[in-house]
Amino acid sequence: MIPPSFEYLRPKTIPEAVKMLEQHGAEAKILSGGQSLIPMMKLRLARPGFLIDINRIAGLSYVKEEGGYLKIGGLTREAELEASPLVRTKYPILLDTAHVIADPQVRNMATVGGNLAHGDPANDHPATMMALGAQVVATGPKGERVISIENFFLSLFSTALEPEEILTEIRIPMPPARSGGAYFKLERKVGDFATAAVAAQLTLDEKGICQKVGIGLTNVGPTPVKARKAEEFLRGKKLDEANSKQAAQLAADESTPSQDLRGPVEYKKGLVKELTKRALSRAFERAGK
Amino acid sequence: MIGGNEMAKKQTVHVKINGQQREADVEPRLLLVHFIRETLGLTGTHVGCDTSNCGACTVVLDGKTVKSCTMFAVQADGAELLTVEGLFREGKLHPLQEGFKQEHGLQCGFCTPGMLMSTYVLLQKNAQPTESDIRWGISGNLCRCTGYQNIVKAVQYAAGKMAQGGAR
Amino acid sequence: MIAKTSPEIGGMGHSIKRKEDSRFIQGKGNYVDDVHLPGMVYGHMVRSPYAHARLKSINTEKAKQLPGVLAIITGEDLAKANLAWMPTLFFDKQMVLATGKVLFQSQEVAFVVAEDRYIAADAAELVEVEYEELPVLVDPHKATDPGSPILREDREEKSNHIFHWEVGDKTATDRAFQSAPVKASLHAVSQRCHPAPLETCGCVADFNRATEKLTVYLTSQAPHAHRTLFSLVGGIPEQNIRVVSPDIGGGFGNKVPIYPGYVCAVVASLTLGVPVKWIETRSENLQSTGFARDYHMTAEIAADQKGKVKALRVKTLADHGAFNAAAQPTKFPAGLFSMCTGSYDFGAAFCEVDGVYTNKAPGGIAYRCSFRITEAAYLIERVIDVLASQLKVDPAEFRRRNFIQPGQFPYKTPLGWTYDSGNYEGAMNKALEMVGYAQLRKEQEEKRKKGELMGIGISSFTEAVGAGPAHTFDIAGIKMFDSAEIRVHPTGKAICRMGTKSQGQGHETTYAQIVAQELGIPASDVIVEEGDTDTAPYGLGTYASRSTPTSGAATAMAARKIRDKAKKIAAHLLECSEEDLEWETGKFFVKGAPSKSKTIQEIAFAAYTNIPAGLEAGLEAVNYYDPPNLTFPFGTYICVVDIDKGTGEVKVRRFVAVDDCGNVINPMIVEGQIHGGLTEGLAIAFMQLIDYDESGNVQGGTFMDYLIPTAVETPHWETGSTCTPSPHHPFGAKGVGESPNVGSPAAFVNAVVDALSHLGVKHIDMPITPWKVWNVLKEKGVVN
Repeated sequence: MIPPSFEYLRPKTIPEAVKMLEQHGAEAKILSGGQSLIPMMKLRLARPGFLIDINRIAGLSYVKEEGGYLKIGGLTREAELEASPLVRTKYPILLDTAHVIADPQVRNMATVGGNLAHGDPANDHPATMMALGAQVVATGPKGERVISIENFFLSLFSTALEPEEILTEIRIPMPPARSGGAYFKLERKVGDFATAAVAAQLTLDEKGICQKVGIGLTNVGPTPVKARKAEEFLRGKKLDEANSKQAAQLAADESTPSQDLRGPVEYKKGLVKELTKRALSRAFERAGK
Repeated sequence: MIGGNEMAKKQTVHVKINGQQREADVEPRLLLVHFIRETLGLTGTHVGCDTSNCGACTVVLDGKTVKSCTMFAVQADGAELLTVEGLFREGKLHPLQEGFKQEHGLQCGFCTPGMLMSTYVLLQKNAQPTESDIRWGISGNLCRCTGYQNIVKAVQYAAGKMAQGGAR
Repeated sequence: MIAKTSPEIGGMGHSIKRKEDSRFIQGKGNYVDDVHLPGMVYGHMVRSPYAHARLKSINTEKAKQLPGVLAIITGEDLAKANLAWMPTLFFDKQMVLATGKVLFQSQEVAFVVAEDRYIAADAAELVEVEYEELPVLVDPHKATDPGSPILREDREEKSNHIFHWEVGDKTATDRAFQSAPVKASLHAVSQRCHPAPLETCGCVADFNRATEKLTVYLTSQAPHAHRTLFSLVGGIPEQNIRVVSPDIGGGFGNKVPIYPGYVCAVVASLTLGVPVKWIETRSENLQSTGFARDYHMTAEIAADQKGKVKALRVKTLADHGAFNAAAQPTKFPAGLFSMCTGSYDFGAAFCEVDGVYTNKAPGGIAYRCSFRITEAAYLIERVIDVLASQLKVDPAEFRRRNFIQPGQFPYKTPLGWTYDSGNYEGAMNKALEMVGYAQLRKEQEEKRKKGELMGIGISSFTEAVGAGPAHTFDIAGIKMFDSAEIRVHPTGKAICRMGTKSQGQGHETTYAQIVAQELGIPASDVIVEEGDTDTAPYGLGTYASRSTPTSGAATAMAARKIRDKAKKIAAHLLECSEEDLEWETGKFFVKGAPSKSKTIQEIAFAAYTNIPAGLEAGLEAVNYYDPPNLTFPFGTYICVVDIDKGTGEVKVRRFVAVDDCGNVINPMIVEGQIHGGLTEGLAIAFMQLIDYDESGNVQGGTFMDYLIPTAVETPHWETGSTCTPSPHHPFGAKGVGESPNVGSPAAFVNAVVDALSHLGVKHIDMPITPWKVWNVLKEKGVVN
C-alpha cells in the first residue's frame, strides 16, 4: 500500500525530461497517467529512485487529423479520446477500446502513450493500434524517430523505446473510404484486464472484398499479437461466414495465451475465435456505412 | 506523519480544496489520499483497497474524478480539489446528498463519499443520464451493501431536482 | 396485527428515511481509521510469504535502526507474556505472532510500530526472517492421508482432523434409503470466499498510563464480547477496558473474530503508553482474516415413486485453514448446517461433518452466512432440483409437493430445529406470479428449439436467525441474549442503547421505530446508540441476522416496562385507577372519556416533576432478552438467465426475490438489505473464489482477482414479500439481513443448470465462471 521513497522531478519540456532520463538512467521512470506504474510502486514491485512527471508538459495532449494521419499526443487521456468528436464519429474502434480501459476514474488519468509504453500485452490499445497499422513517435536525445507498432512490442513489459526515450505521439494512417473497425473485449467484470480481446480493422472495395485487414489480439501472449495469418487469409476475400470462421480460427491458432485465474488456454483460444468473428462482423458493418 | 528512510527532498504542495487554499511540505511518495485525510484532516475520503480497484478514494481534481490513492500529492500541486466535505454549500446539501438519503442509497456509508464525487461529475457532464449511463458512470466505485439499485435511484432523484431548481 | 402509527410517529411499517445518513452523506462518519489521537503511532504487520515453514530466526536490528521506529514485537516477545497464542472463538487457539512455525501464507510474524505508517511500512521490509520450508497441505481431502504433513504440533492429538460431528437418526435414515424406490445424490462445493466489507479491519488501541484505562476503537461487530475476551486473555481488569465500535464500514461477519493485529496493537500501546493505530490493507484482509464457506458436501435424497421426499443424508468435509477460528455458538462445530433439511418435510435425516486443518488462513464462519445456513440452503436447494430433474417434474411443482405445510407449524425437523412459522407455498406462488413463470417456461421451450440457452432457477429457502436461547446458544461461554436500555427525558425525548452493533443495517433508525411503535414517541425524537461498551448494555453484537430477533425484542420489552410505569403515572395525573385506563399510541385515556388523557410526553415530564408516591423518579427500563427460539424467515427467489454460447457468459435477465421476515419495521431498509445480499450472492455464484496453489500461495488475494461486482454486472432486483409473523417474537418479526445470501446462490446455479439440463448437465460448481460454462458447452458440442 505504501510506495518506497523516490525523488520527484517535474520537467517543463520534453527535452528537459529526456535530459533527466539520461542523467538518472535505469533509476528513473516516466510518470504520465500513473495508473499502471503507481499501483506497482504501492505493491513495491517497481522501485524507481526518480519519477519524472511529464503531466505538466504543454502540447502533448491532442487528437487531430494532419498529413494523412490521425495524430494522438502521448499524454492524451483515455477520457479525452472517449470525448473527442473526431474519434466518436470517424474512429469508433478507438472509442470501443478507450471505453473498456479500466473504469471512469482511471480513464481520466491514464494516457494513450502510457498504455502503449508500458509494454503490457494485457493493455487494450496495443491490439487496436496493431489493427490500425499505427506508428509511435519516440523522442530522445537524438530527436524523434518513428517506430512501426508491429516492431514496438519486444517481450513482456519491454518495448522498442530506448531508456532515454519518451513516447510523444501515436500516428494512425487515416483509413480510406469503406473502412471500419471494432474492438471486442471479454472481461470478468468492468475494470478487469481482458480475458481475451480482439481488434479488427477492415477496408473493403466496392464489391465488399477485404482489401486491408488488421487484426490485433489482447492478453493472449507475452506481447500483443498481430494475427498475420488471419489477416493474410482474409485479404482479397469476401467476409462471408465461412471466411470469417476460418480467419477467426487462424487468429486463435496464432494466439499463445497462458492459463490463469481468467481461464484455461483452450478457453482463451476459443474466445479469440469467437471475438474475432464478432469484431470482424462489426468492422464490416461499420465499413459499409 | 511524514518520514522516510532515505529522506527524499520534500516538496511544497499548494492546493485549493473545497474552496480553501491549503499548503504543506510533503514527501513525494505521500499518496494524495493520505494528504487529504491526514495532512489536511479531511477524513470523508476513504481507503478501501490497495490495488486501485474500489474507488472509495475518489475525489474531483480540476473537474475530473480521480482515484486519490493512485496519485501522489505532489502531482496535485496547484490543482483545485473537491471532496465530499465540499458538497454542502451555503447551508444546503447538494441534491445528490439529498437523493442518497431520500432513496436509501447508502447503508454503511463507506463507499458513499466516492460515489457522491463520481455522480457529481456524472451529472455535470450528463444532466439526464439513463440508468445505463449511471451504472456505467459508477462502474469505478464498488459498494458491498446496497447492490447499487438505490444509488441509481438517488442519482435520478438528484437529476430531477437539479432540472427543476437549476444545476450546481 | 400491528396497529399502524402515523407517519409523524414513524412506527413499524413506515419507510422513514435513515437518521444516520446525515453524517455519512457529508463525509462526517467516524470510522476507525478516522480516529486521530494525540501522540498516536502506527503498526504494520510483517507476514509470512510461506504457507508452511519453520521459523528459524527473526532479525529486527536493521529495522529498529530506521529513524522513527519505536518498537518491533515478535512471537518470542509475546510468549514472555503468554500472549503468543490466543484462544479462538471455537475451542482452538491461534498464533498471534508466529513462534516455531508458520502455517499459512500471510500469517502474522512480527509487528512494527513507528511514528507514521510510511516509516512502519519501510521498517517492515527491513525485518529479516529466515524460514525453512515444510511440505504444504492445501487439499482438505488429503488432510487425513497418512502421507500428509501434520500441521498443528501444538495439539496433543497429532492429526489434521479437528472434529467429527453428527446429528439426526442414522438408523432411521439408512432404513428409509434402503426401502426408497427413488434416490438422487449430489456432490457440491461451497467454495472458499471472503466477505470483503469495503472498510478493512483495524483498531486504535489507547492505553492511558495515568488512568490505567485501555480504550480500543475497534472494527467490531460484537464490542462487549471483545471487551470480555480482551480482559480474560490479556489479564486486564474488565472495568478498565473500553471498546468503542464507532461507524463500521460493513461487517458481513468479517469483524466478529479477534485478529492478531488487534492484540499486537494493544500490547504495543500497553508497552509504549501511547495510542497505536493498526489498519490492515485490503490484501491483508483477503489473505489473513476470516474467510467463509469451504464446505465440500455430498447430499443424498430418498423419495417415493410420487416424488415425495422421505429422507436426507448429508456428509461434509469442512476446511478450516490453519486454526479453527470459526465464530459460531459453542454447541455447533458446523454452525447451523443442520438446517439442511430446508423447507421440506423429511421423515428422517442424518448429517455428519468432519473438520480438518490445512495451510490456509483460519476461519470459516462469515459472509452473511447465518452460521453455515448458506451452505445448508445451497445444498438442499440444489439437490432438490437434481431430484426434480431426475423425475422430470417441474422444480416449482416438485417443491410444492414437498413443502412443510402451514398447518404443520411449529414444525420440528428431524435434525432438531423447531421452525416457528412458515408459508412456503405462499411465498413461492407470489414469486412465480411476479416473474411470470408459465410464460417463461414457454419461452424456454421455444428457445431450446432454436438452440438458444435460457434457464430458470428457483430457490425456496428457510433459514434460522436470532441466536439465541440460552439453553442452546453461547459464544465462548457467553449466552446469546441481547439487550436494550431506554431512558425517556423530561421533555418526552428518548435515548436508547443496545448490545448489538450496526455495520450499515440502519439500527439508529429501526430501533427508534420500535420505540415509536411501542411508546408513541416519534422516531425522530429517539436517539439510538450502540458500540460503546462503557455505556451500552451487554450484548453479543450484530451478525447472523440476530439484531431484530434479540435486541429488537429487548427494545420492545423495555418499552413495555416503561409503558407499565407510564400507566401508573398517568393514573396519578388523571386521578383514576390504572384499570380505568386504555392505551392508544402515544397516550393513556380514561375508558369512556377519551378527552381525559395524558400523552407520553406529559407523562415523561411528570416522571421528573410530579412523581406519584411510592414510585421512583425517572422513566427508563432495561431488558435483557433471552429469545425462546430462533426465528425462521424464508422466501422464494427466482432467477432467469441467458447464456452466450460463444463466450460462456451468463447474463442474469431477471431476479425476483420474495422474502418473508414476519412483521417489518422499515420496508425500505429491508429492501436495501435484500438488494445488497443478492449482489453478494451473485458474486459468490459467478465470480468469487479464494484459492491456493499446491505451494499454498493465495490465488485471488487482492481486489484485482477477488472480484466484487460493479453496478454494471449487477442486475435489477425485483423484490416482494409475504408476511408470516413469528408467533414468539414480541412484535412478530424475524431477522432478514442474511436471507439473500442464504437463498440466492442456489437460485443462480439452478438457473444455469436448468439452461443446460436438456444437454444432460446436472451440476456446475460455483463460481460459475464463463470458462466453466464454455467447457461444458464444448463438451456437449454446442459452443458457437
